[in-house]
Amino acid sequence: MSDAILTGLAEIINEVAGVPLSDVTPSKNFTDDLDIDSLSMVEVVMAAEDKWGVKIPDSEVKNLNTVGDAVDYIAKATA
Amino acid sequence: MTSTLRVSPAVPYARMLSVGSYRPERVVTNDEVCLRIDSTDQWIQERSGIRERRYAAADESVCDMSVAAALIAIERAGLQPVDVDVVILATVTHPYPTPSAAAEVAFRLGTNGAAAFDISAACAGFCYGIAMAQDFVRGGSARNVVVVGVEKLTDWIDLDDRSTAFIFADGAGAAVIGASDTPAISPVVWGSDGGQYQAIAMTQSLIDYRENGGERFPTLSMQGQQVFRWAVSEIAKAAQRILDAAGISADELDAFIPHQANMRITDAMIRTLGLPSHVPVARDIATTGNTSAASIPLAMDRMISAGEVPSGGLALIIGFGAGLVYAGQVVQMP
Repeated sequence: MSDAILTGLAEIINEVAGVPLSDVTPSKNFTDDLDIDSLSMVEVVMAAEDKWGVKIPDSEVKNLNTVGDAVDYIAKATA
Repeated sequence: MTSTLRVSPAVPYARMLSVGSYRPERVVTNDEVCLRIDSTDQWIQERSGIRERRYAAADESVCDMSVAAALIAIERAGLQPVDVDVVILATVTHPYPTPSAAAEVAFRLGTNGAAAFDISAACAGFCYGIAMAQDFVRGGSARNVVVVGVEKLTDWIDLDDRSTAFIFADGAGAAVIGASDTPAISPVVWGSDGGQYQAIAMTQSLIDYRENGGERFPTLSMQGQQVFRWAVSEIAKAAQRILDAAGISADELDAFIPHQANMRITDAMIRTLGLPSHVPVARDIATTGNTSAASIPLAMDRMISAGEVPSGGLALIIGFGAGLVYAGQVVQMP
């Protein structure tokens, strides 16, 4: 399940911010490693919400520092 | 015996007869803004698309800018100030709760005592005004209505706040709405979400400011991510509803003129809306900043002047901001 989420998230991040798919790995920090700023992060979150039918409120978004954080959150929310 | 009341004769259609604008003289670059905030020209351009903006002079008021823009619009409409029956002025930065800015503006324009009032609908104010003006004309309450969108946001922002100081600026735009033989303004699509009232709000009221001994003059604060999310999801959907209400497709548009909130919001809305690439998009924010109620008429005037949108072309305009509130319509360009 987590692998599928990681793949889907990589596609979203690639679409929103042009980050190569292979760069999107669990340990990567959105801001420092992938250069995704706060507004792009909102677009990533909105696309993820649409894709997996989950709610990720703004108050949670600030806790999603790495790709792994986001994968875990989505995995839990869809479990 | 009861007499039958006479009612005003209805007019079939209204149109935008003209648009005019006023840009303050002083150009403020990102480098100048960065003298007071910890930021860079590059960061500001990446986050907002803003390269420079205009600041009004210290002694230049909301009313001064309104009169300048409205006089141009009235002249371009081929009218005299006495032909104006109503002045609707949209602003959130007129520094007096009463009297209205509109009454002063109507007087200074030289109208013959036109009806005048302000509306508070933030960045949606111009489109709220167009909606009312169209109904006033069609309902027979007025022949010609001047709608002004004007802001002097520099009076109400914290120039040391790195989250807002680079965004907001000053300016005025105006349009004249009058009778038409053919349909030229679509039904308005509008609404509010007061549950998100804190997303763009003043830091405190003027009463609180007085009561706490003049600590921290109230300034505008904004939850950027929250507003971005709302604009990209809900406002893009509202834009589609406007097209549906107008009975046209995005393909038939000659211009897309959203409130100039942030270039990133505009770009994201274009993607969500699926706007065809041949439709010109207003990007006035690059050199004007976010001027709230003034941004749409300022952008419209620039596009018309630059020949980017033809006379008679169809423009989708949509305003959205503090409230949260939004409004928009498809308007045939003067």
